[in-house]
Amino acid sequence: MVRDTSQEEPAIRFQDVNKSFGDHVVLDQLNFTVNKGDRVTLIGPSGSGKTTILRLVMTLEELTGGYIFIDGQPLTHDLRDGRRVELKEKHRNEVRKRIGMVFQQFNLFPNMTVIENIIEAPVHVLKVPKSQAITRARELLDKVGLADKEHAHPLELSGGQQQRVAIARALAMDPEILLLDEVTSALDPEIVGEVLEVLREVARTTDITMLIVTHEMQFARDVSNRVLMFDSGSIVEEASPEVMFTQPTEQRTRDFLAAVLGD
Amino acid sequence: MSEHLIKLRDAWPQILDGIGITLVLTVGGAALALVVAIALGLLARFDNILLRGTARVFIEFFRGTSLVVQLFWLYFVLPRFGVELSAIAVGIFALGLNYGAYGAEVVRGSLNSVPAGQWEATTALSLSRTQRMWRVIFPQAWALMIPSLTNLLIQLLKGTAIVSIIAMADLTFMIDKLRQDTDTFFAYTVGLLLYFALASLLTLGMNALEIRAKHKLGRGDSLRSALSFSSSASRAGKGVA
Repeated sequence: MVRDTSQEEPAIRFQDVNKSFGDHVVLDQLNFTVNKGDRVTLIGPSGSGKTTILRLVMTLEELTGGYIFIDGQPLTHDLRDGRRVELKEKHRNEVRKRIGMVFQQFNLFPNMTVIENIIEAPVHVLKVPKSQAITRARELLDKVGLADKEHAHPLELSGGQQQRVAIARALAMDPEILLLDEVTSALDPEIVGEVLEVLREVARTTDITMLIVTHEMQFARDVSNRVLMFDSGSIVEEASPEVMFTQPTEQRTRDFLAAVLGD
Repeated sequence: MSEHLIKLRDAWPQILDGIGITLVLTVGGAALALVVAIALGLLARFDNILLRGTARVFIEFFRGTSLVVQLFWLYFVLPRFGVELSAIAVGIFALGLNYGAYGAEVVRGSLNSVPAGQWEATTALSLSRTQRMWRVIFPQAWALMIPSLTNLLIQLLKGTAIVSIIAMADLTFMIDKLRQDTDTFFAYTVGLLLYFALASLLTLGMNALEIRAKHKLGRGDSLRSALSFSSSASRAGKGVA
């Protein structure tokens, strides 16, 4: 087993990760770690592999090569007796329970009401008693400002409201790691703020490790403690948000930020 | 003409018996077809080549062989292997397997039409494979498959007429008897109207199922309001609000 034996395992560790779609190499020998409680934002041009990283951590894509460790545990592949072996669905599902994800397109279940969406996984995966799950779901709905919508159907809600329900649904699993994949990109500009405000509150009041892909640079600056700049599947530069957004070292980063920030 | 009507009135109890047999064949065949369709539709989506291959062979075989020949085979050949089924059981089996094979493609297609994001959300919430399918994906696919299943159900109803050739006293058989007492035009016109009435009833039932399934996905009125006479008024009211 390749397993780090130090006391405090990183929340996420990428080791020699490769990801290709056919001939197209998306991630090339990627190594990086995210420590517990870190809020890491991934920036870079589209196609640079940021979203693929989140999708690999959530096991929505298969690794082409290398290993991902969650709190020291191999996620989908492990090295045993010198051979790289694929881990079973059952193992993946155990490790996956520590990870939550919020998607660009919300992905609420339309065949369930708001509260049913939130209690579905706690009740059926974590086996939390239903009454307890409902109490917790109501607290979370209150936290995201939708206490009055528990019996609504997802399609009756605005995009911003649906995304806030999706955040509550992810938090209901008490994840150690939360993946935010361009969570405001599908929203109208005037309701981006309400979603980001909820996430700022989550960042302030919990110690959940966050891995964030966003085009909202101000949000990245407010919430994260580390920013990684990606280009063509590799890390170009890593810095604190203060440094990254004011005095980046690499020319590639400066060009990207100039293009995104518009001046 | 009026003497034809008297003959029809005399034959009516028998025609009702025939309708009864036709309905038993339709409902029994449809129930079996639904089970077969869901089982094969699910199997046909597996990565495992053996499971998928078995499902494909089954689907292609029952779609690719004639219902009449299947019926004859079950009725005349199967007893040679010591399995003797009643005519009604043979009818239900043949209809169920044949239409189930067509239905499997509908089920498979509808499951594939549920957006990828829904599957991804079930993975992100760590639902098991069974939970994913039965709690999230299938209920959404169900609403998509109902219109095509309605088509198949109507075809199955009409397909039941074929079983009269293995000596079943179904609606077609009774209509043929009526023809002997009246004339071709009269009897077959009555036959057309009765099949049409049955098909209309089935369509109405399936439409109700579709409205209910869509409402559960938060689309469209509830079945209750769609059926109530004030539905147009309440819809108009909603439109203004």
